[in-house]
Amino acid sequence: MSEEAKHEEHEHHIVSPVVYVVILFALLVGTALTIWASYVDLGVWNPIIAIAIACTKATLVVLFFMHVKYSSKLTVLTVGAGVFMFLTLISMTLADYISRAWGSW
Amino acid sequence: MPDSPAVAHGVHEASGSSHAGEHPAYLRHHFESVEHQAGTTIFAMWLFLLTEVMFFGGLFTAYLIYRNWYYPAFVAGSHQLSIPLGGLNTLLLITSSFTMAMGVWCAETRRKSGLVLCLILTFILGLGFLGIKTIEYSEKIEKHHVPGFHYSLQSFLDPASDEAAKAAGDKPLPLDMARHTEVYFSLYFAMTGMHAVHMIIGIAILGFMIFRAQAGAYTTGHVTFVENFGLYWHFVDIVWIFLFPLLYLISRH
Repeated sequence: MSEEAKHEEHEHHIVSPVVYVVILFALLVGTALTIWASYVDLGVWNPIIAIAIACTKATLVVLFFMHVKYSSKLTVLTVGAGVFMFLTLISMTLADYISRAWGSW
Repeated sequence: MPDSPAVAHGVHEASGSSHAGEHPAYLRHHFESVEHQAGTTIFAMWLFLLTEVMFFGGLFTAYLIYRNWYYPAFVAGSHQLSIPLGGLNTLLLITSSFTMAMGVWCAETRRKSGLVLCLILTFILGLGFLGIKTIEYSEKIEKHHVPGFHYSLQSFLDPASDEAAKAAGDKPLPLDMARHTEVYFSLYFAMTGMHAVHMIIGIAILGFMIFRAQAGAYTTGHVTFVENFGLYWHFVDIVWIFLFPLLYLISRH
């Protein structure tokens, strides 16, 4: 086990160009999709779909272009902690703005 | 993955070092090994990117709050942006992220001319992005949509006089709401402006890297600099991936 862990830590993973081409294609499809969806009237779903597509694209970039999928646990934990921290801050801020004047309108 | 072999990089590349056979010249004395050094530098780069996430996150939060408060003004404001230009810029930036990722691969597999080509392509695509941004900004300046003393409310008080507003079918806004379009454009310029500053810094570093790559600096097994710059460049791409829908797309209806 320790031999295996050491092995993993000491190797630098080279991501294949094939993966990069596939991700580029997925990102371009995502861009086309989000532009197309913005012209269709989906009411309250328009922003939700746009943000969902953006999050998917960002995840693809982080995992493959930024190699997080192939990185050490330390890197994965660092990125995860950053995302979690950001989501916590933004949801607490928005919750405050939404509820501050609750009932007084 | 059989087609993407994992290699221990740099360990046996000590030919230029006075300690040939012990460790490569680029290994700093306070690190145990090349892998230790590379891992530490990449961890540090990610910590820097997290501070960037918090920095842009503040701007995004401000945008979300003000969009909820002054929704009609933000809708009218976003109708002034061109989806074709924004879409083209998204295309350029995503492609530049791809060429940068390929550049990292070229450095890892020690293809010097491939690396130089990838860096030059990334450089050109980045400049193209800024060129289109300049076209968009100059249109805003012409229409007096830059917040400040010369800000004009005409497109929002009288949408019939403005092509973009007319095409989007905008109704005239009451004066107090029309004034809040200035908040939209303040955030538009703050967010795209900060993003553009990051692009300019990135392009400057790319220019430096092209010369270093031609001298063979990154194809000797020591790829940390290219790899970390790649992380920065992809991060700037991610910021745009969120800016594009938030500023251009979500207020079309």
